[in-house]
Amino acid sequence: MSKDKTLGDTLREQGVSRRSFLKFCATTASMMALPPTMIPVIAATLEKLRRPSVIWLSFQECTGCTESLTRSHSATIEDLIFDSISLDYHHTLQAASGSAAEQAREEAMQENYGNYILVVDGSIPGENNGYSTIAGISNKDMLLEVAAGAAAIVAVGSCAAFGGLPNADPNPTGAVSVSDLVKDKAIVNVPGCPPIPAVITGVLVQFLTFGLPELDQLGRPAAFYGNSIHDRCYRRPFYDKGLFANSFDDEGAKKGWCLFKLGCKGPTTYNACATTKWNNGTSFPIEAGHPCLGCSEPDFWDAGGFYKALSTPTEDIGKTAVYAGTAGLIAGAALGVSLRARKQSAVKNHERVTIDDLDEES
Amino acid sequence: MTANGMPAPGFAASAPCAPATGNLVPLKNEIRHALTRWLEQGEKHVIDLRSIPLAPGEEDRLLEQLGEGEVNARLSIQGTSDIIETRYPGVWLITHYDENESIMGRFIEVCEVPGILTSQADDIRAGLERLEDQLSNAETTA
Repeated sequence: MSKDKTLGDTLREQGVSRRSFLKFCATTASMMALPPTMIPVIAATLEKLRRPSVIWLSFQECTGCTESLTRSHSATIEDLIFDSISLDYHHTLQAASGSAAEQAREEAMQENYGNYILVVDGSIPGENNGYSTIAGISNKDMLLEVAAGAAAIVAVGSCAAFGGLPNADPNPTGAVSVSDLVKDKAIVNVPGCPPIPAVITGVLVQFLTFGLPELDQLGRPAAFYGNSIHDRCYRRPFYDKGLFANSFDDEGAKKGWCLFKLGCKGPTTYNACATTKWNNGTSFPIEAGHPCLGCSEPDFWDAGGFYKALSTPTEDIGKTAVYAGTAGLIAGAALGVSLRARKQSAVKNHERVTIDDLDEES
Repeated sequence: MTANGMPAPGFAASAPCAPATGNLVPLKNEIRHALTRWLEQGEKHVIDLRSIPLAPGEEDRLLEQLGEGEVNARLSIQGTSDIIETRYPGVWLITHYDENESIMGRFIEVCEVPGILTSQADDIRAGLERLEDQLSNAETTA
């Protein structure tokens, strides 16, 4: 697709009907958790879109974020989205390597300076630049150089957004997030280990369609990270009734009761897993019987143990639910604050988890 | 369910012991209110089923309760799309499938005819151009 043509022109040239385009817009709105009333707005904006240059930098990462995106089954949507951007540099996906690859990055930067979108996955070593380099350039230098000419930055994955696993105690590389180093650009954090593929593409489409999305206090787009897993979980009614699984093979687990006591981090985790789900909408970890690990939250690896409950309910949850019915969201919000405080305390104390702990707790 | 009527992967397996969210009754009431608004004000309403927490099996129960009415259309665009008028006239179930027959989105629309089912002006214009080209070619070769 030529950079001068709009997406609408290109789709018409390719014989894509208006109905197909409307279908794409409807499923995109659904994917972005936008109300169906926004479908005509998405259609009107995307049709006039001229594809922007995207430079994708990968630093201290496992390539899981790129795998998540490219292994997505809904190829039609992703194909259309990639038709609407020009992915000028991505060293895992591009054919060029070595100096030719770096030349492609430099050319894309020069041609689109001030207008390209920078996508980053992976954290950046903060103490010794030698821990991770690309073509002899340290991750930090490359990030700062490319960020200087970017219109906006999208930090994909928990490593880029919050430091992620490289940042886990004892953090040998001194790993830091993109926002720890870049202070003068708009940064959209898309955390998750990895993020849901539809969320990665959804954020890109949202940026292309509406510009910088509404962000929460951690820089995450509210459209995808506005609700906690707990609030959207189909097992929530069991939490409200005080019905919990106490082990992975007890009666409660078999009946699909709430996994809170098995360490579910759903109440303090904000992500779209419970609604968008994984593997093309098939299910998500809780539906498969495993507690949420909280992978889209900062320091999830060091937050007190995957199988350790956020707190032990000390009151009659059933009674609380009745009160919540009259007190509305206040009770739920207070519980959320309490659980969040518990998690922050665990992070602050930097509780270490050993294999023995895991065996004991599970 | 997939386009060929098979259950979606992982769906049926977890259904027998699945809990209920209690969201079906409010959902049906939303449809009832939307039908009333359409009759009184002609206002169209769309519900994105993906945005509502439903336990495994609940969506199937909803579809069963809505049933099938007089119209059942299939679009062949980027995979397929099924557009079914439920047993309640004016309540349409629209399911978009990708080329692997996996569901990309499912909506309930309350209106006379869903917009995607009607012929689109751009497509009519493109079709007219093709017809004119064909006639002009036929004249030159005749």
